[in-house]
Amino acid sequence: MDELKKTCLHDLHLALGATMSPFAGYDMPIEYEGFGIEAEHNAVRNACGVFDVSHMGEIGIYGNDAEYFVNRVFTNDVTAAPIGQCFYGMMLNEDGGVVDDLLVYKRAHNHFLFVVNAANIEKDERWVLRQAEGYDLSVELLSGEMAEIAVQGPKAEELLCSLLEKPEPVRSLAFYTFCESTRDNNLVVISRTGYTGEDGFEVYSSEPYVRALWQKLLDKGAVPCGLGCRDTLRFEVGLPLYGNELADDITPLEAGLGMFVKLEKPDLIGGEALRRQKEEGPKRKLVGLLIHDRAIARHGCDVLNAEGEVIGHVTTGYRSISTGDSVAMALIDARYAARDTELQVQVRRKRFPATVVPKKFFKKNYKK
Amino acid sequence: MIYYSKTHEYVRVEGTKGYIGVSDYAQKSLGNVVYVDMPDLGETIEKGEEFGAIESVKAASDLIAPVSGEVVEVNEALSENPRLVNQDPMANWIIAVELTSLAADVADLMDADAYEAYVATNPH
Repeated sequence: MDELKKTCLHDLHLALGATMSPFAGYDMPIEYEGFGIEAEHNAVRNACGVFDVSHMGEIGIYGNDAEYFVNRVFTNDVTAAPIGQCFYGMMLNEDGGVVDDLLVYKRAHNHFLFVVNAANIEKDERWVLRQAEGYDLSVELLSGEMAEIAVQGPKAEELLCSLLEKPEPVRSLAFYTFCESTRDNNLVVISRTGYTGEDGFEVYSSEPYVRALWQKLLDKGAVPCGLGCRDTLRFEVGLPLYGNELADDITPLEAGLGMFVKLEKPDLIGGEALRRQKEEGPKRKLVGLLIHDRAIARHGCDVLNAEGEVIGHVTTGYRSISTGDSVAMALIDARYAARDTELQVQVRRKRFPATVVPKKFFKKNYKK
Repeated sequence: MIYYSKTHEYVRVEGTKGYIGVSDYAQKSLGNVVYVDMPDLGETIEKGEEFGAIESVKAASDLIAPVSGEVVEVNEALSENPRLVNQDPMANWIIAVELTSLAADVADLMDADAYEAYVATNPH
């Protein structure tokens, strides 16, 4: 087995007493001593938590054909928006299945940054390099060089801005925009983005800068947050995780992510397959399930119709920390996907009644 | 008498009944328990086989029967308040069985001292 990789914050996680576990080839913190998954989750919902997400992958696309190329491999439309805009979307294979879901940063009209899932870095690099053949652009594989932390929660702005020399550009960022600066010859990218359903920021820079910022955030009272609560937070606001809700053989239309796919783009890779699927209607759909029991239906559990026939499977399931309900996301036969449909889930030896509900299990009451 | 298994279940023997639960070490490693999946009354459990599961927020762990027997009591309090397992795992047993083969079943189980030594040397 290959040795596990370490992020630049690895020794600090150990010093904080983190429970470590392998994730996508990295030895990553799951939760921290003295906090734990629930306390960390609640810190992000109510105050501020900070995550090491340096395992995420980064790919730069630079050159004359960059904008055309990005619009071809990436489902959202990056052409009309101004520089400084972030986009959520996917890269698709020819069948319309999802190669990966990612964020794209528009740094210039000829310069884009892709931020991809750690588990897919090598696959994505291969895919992008293959698709880029023949275009006038260069592909920069930056995953080894860039460190990243996510600062998330209603107090994220206050905490992060109190530590910046020039907080104003960051404070004034709108959701899904970013700014760049240079510190000691190192690029610092800060975006108002995240994976928690809360306000917050993602900060990309060199390892020394990110290490120093991580420590200062903790000193200011931000709670260190592991991958455990990263998953519970994203889940209860209905955000997909690649490998669970998304895969090479699941399309964005099945996953309910059609709004991030601009099907009218004629050259989009996978677009033709998706236009066909849209016309016929997807055969499967990702739904939310409310389980009428304390039992937790986890990834892989069968979903059955009222007659007891298997019609799909659970992609992620938890007892929601914020609502206390036992809920799941499930990919099921589209004929059963209507809201309020009564279904069943199989958890080990037992079946429990479940109702189709919206995937957003937890709704934030935003002040703004 | 209380016996422990290598998978961190215990059985407390009272007459012909065995009260089965998880050890303090097990509840600590699990973290906050949010659900206990228990068999129904009258079911038969087999030593070494899974008879239910205990779930934290993160994950489900199978419960492995330390002894065989018929389920004669189920700790219904855990349905409403699974965290009782964290608060006092020895008092909050999960099920009780009518023991069918106690002498043979306990042969490979540990007493409290042996279990303590086992946990100290086998952290997982």
